[in-house]
Amino acid sequence: MLLKRRQLAGALLCTAAGGATAFYVHAPAVAAGTADAPARRLSVQARKFDFAPKEIRVTKGERVTIVLTSPDFVHGFSVPDFNVRADGIPGKTIEVTFIADKAGKFIFLCDNFCGEDHDKMTGWLIVTET
Amino acid sequence: MDDKNYSRRDFMAMAGVGGLVFASGLPGCASTGAGGQGDFSFVQLTDIHWGYGNPKVNPDTRGTLTKALAAVNAMEQKPDFVVFTGDLTQTTDDPKVRRQRLREFQDMSRSLNVPVRYFAGEHDASLDRGEAYLEVFGAQLNYTFEHKGILFIVLDNVSDPAPILGAKQIAWLKDDLTKQRADQPIVVLTHRPLFSMYPQWDWATRDGQQAIDLLMPFKNVTVFYGHVHHEHHHNTGHIQHHASKAVMFPLSPVGSMANKTQLPWEAAQPYKGLGWRSVRATSSGGSQHMREHDIG
Ligand SMILES: [Cu+2]
Repeated sequence: MLLKRRQLAGALLCTAAGGATAFYVHAPAVAAGTADAPARRLSVQARKFDFAPKEIRVTKGERVTIVLTSPDFVHGFSVPDFNVRADGIPGKTIEVTFIADKAGKFIFLCDNFCGEDHDKMTGWLIVTET
Repeated sequence: MDDKNYSRRDFMAMAGVGGLVFASGLPGCASTGAGGQGDFSFVQLTDIHWGYGNPKVNPDTRGTLTKALAAVNAMEQKPDFVVFTGDLTQTTDDPKVRRQRLREFQDMSRSLNVPVRYFAGEHDASLDRGEAYLEVFGAQLNYTFEHKGILFIVLDNVSDPAPILGAKQIAWLKDDLTKQRADQPIVVLTHRPLFSMYPQWDWATRDGQQAIDLLMPFKNVTVFYGHVHHEHHHNTGHIQHHASKAVMFPLSPVGSMANKTQLPWEAAQPYKGLGWRSVRATSSGGSQHMREHDIG
């Protein structure tokens, strides 16, 4: 597994390549869940026909910014349980921010029909209590 | 199967659904003056996915469609028409194969002995905005037709990669509806659910609520759709939404599993979960009924 690491807004961000299924973010504690708290930035790449990572873990109350890239199609990134969605635009970086205000395991998916294995483009947002 | 008798009790027994919200649902045409009157029925076949190829889910892809077509042709009371409500083919990234599958499906469907109407699903139309579909079927992606006093409206929520109707089509719908009387019975035919059924599995039309809002002033509105590969009934206000079983493969019932799942073939019960629907509308304005038919 190849992991590229870089610092972004105080958060350690791992951009996974080649079959990574999860990443964990270790950021200093901030005043989470408030509108002006700095968001935890999480990179997600959508591509035919997968997400990297496929699993995103955050803590309940955190303000989260998904930094979305989508090199080969206008894939969707949708987390219906949080009413969050964005279109990934090839060549651009798209950001969408939300507060993970409930704990649980929530599906995210590509909601733009992108080809033969479109249905496989799903992942999980795991929001833990602590 | 005895297709003469569409009683509510039959349907309830077959569907195993109590407290039917749709028993009085399909609008009758007693109140309409124009057009031919009379009882009639039509058949909904959906999610054929011609070209589908997972034998663990359906080892008899060709036979399944053949059986469904033969069953429709054998109905004692012939339906006035059959409508295929999308996903005629399994999607492919190859435009040539897409056209080939559409043509093969079209040839198969020509064995029906009643008039046939078609429209596309996302598997047919999303990757090329309906180009291949229009080439083969030479029709519109969205259209209306009137049959014995009922206005049928075909809505396209599949020819954009996003599950939307789009502003242009919503304006078209609005314009068409302004010409209709408030008591005009309406049947909407579409592929995806118009309401937000389960966006976690991509079972929704993002701007579908706008169409529902436009339809709300009409007293008799029923929506028939496919896409979800199992029978489902839902109301938004007085508007009824009925999903039919698929012809090719069944999907797990809404929200029953973490992931949307194609249900495996059961050798002991071949074709389980597959089916089609007939709908009877009566001009008396009294009973109108759906019947869910199994394949096999
Ligand atoms: Cu996609």
